[in-house]
Amino acid sequence: MSVRVIIPTPLRAYAGKRDSTEVKAGTVGEALGRLTTEFGDLRKHLFTEEGKLRSFVNVYVNDEDIRYLAKENTPTKDGDTISIVPSIAGGSFFFQDCFPRPYDCLHRNCCRHSSNLSFRG
Amino acid sequence: MATAPTVKMSTEIAQKIRQHGADTYPNECCGALLGRDAAPDVTTTASGVQPPVREILALFPLVNRREDSPRNRFSVTAEDVRDAEKAAQEKKLDVVGWYHSHPDHPAQPSEYDREHAWPWYSYVIVSVANGKPAEMTSWRLRDDRSAYACEDIAIRDHAAK
Repeated sequence: MSVRVIIPTPLRAYAGKRDSTEVKAGTVGEALGRLTTEFGDLRKHLFTEEGKLRSFVNVYVNDEDIRYLAKENTPTKDGDTISIVPSIAGGSFFFQDCFPRPYDCLHRNCCRHSSNLSFRG
Repeated sequence: MATAPTVKMSTEIAQKIRQHGADTYPNECCGALLGRDAAPDVTTTASGVQPPVREILALFPLVNRREDSPRNRFSVTAEDVRDAEKAAQEKKLDVVGWYHSHPDHPAQPSEYDREHAWPWYSYVIVSVANGKPAEMTSWRLRDDRSAYACEDIAIRDHAAK
């Protein structure tokens, strides 16, 4: 059974710049497995090191959120469309975030930033 | 040596981001950056490598969905992302990133930011100190997810050429 997987814009660089691809799969899990086998660089952005789908990765089968179906065991049929949709989250510092810093200095302004740290107690 | 990408935006858009941060203080604001990747500037850098350029041409302000901890967290749902993408398509633009504020904290990405980041997107952060918008920075996740790389922000009256 062939299903179409829609690749979100931020991940297209890791999928040969494609916006979608066809894979043969009977479940969502199989489809994502085939996708990340074909495009290995996608894997770390979709799955944790433990192999679980990252919490901010949302997967839909024909506009139905798989969290409300059978998650990765959700069956797919020929012609289905699987969409990977980001959700976005973030927030400000906690003290334990200070070291190591989760960013690189690539230009002069970063060095200015690093001398400007202040934290709310 | 890696070349820091440049994010261009107008003074009006920069002001809107800062104002959104002030309006929602002491909570975090959030929204989508609509724009496109553009050809690098003609000017060649000292290293001979022209940095990639990303133009922010419109904003899509959103409601912070993190009702449990809005002072140090923000959340944009998948439905919000789809709405932002639809708004971008109507303007013939892309969602090229996201902005949010750090109330009373520096405009630097946290470990929580990194853990939840997507590659390719620009993440603009504005620090809001005692209700007043302060420093604004932009960041992009490295391909291996290990850290953020800083992007240069160029604020001009006309971002698009």
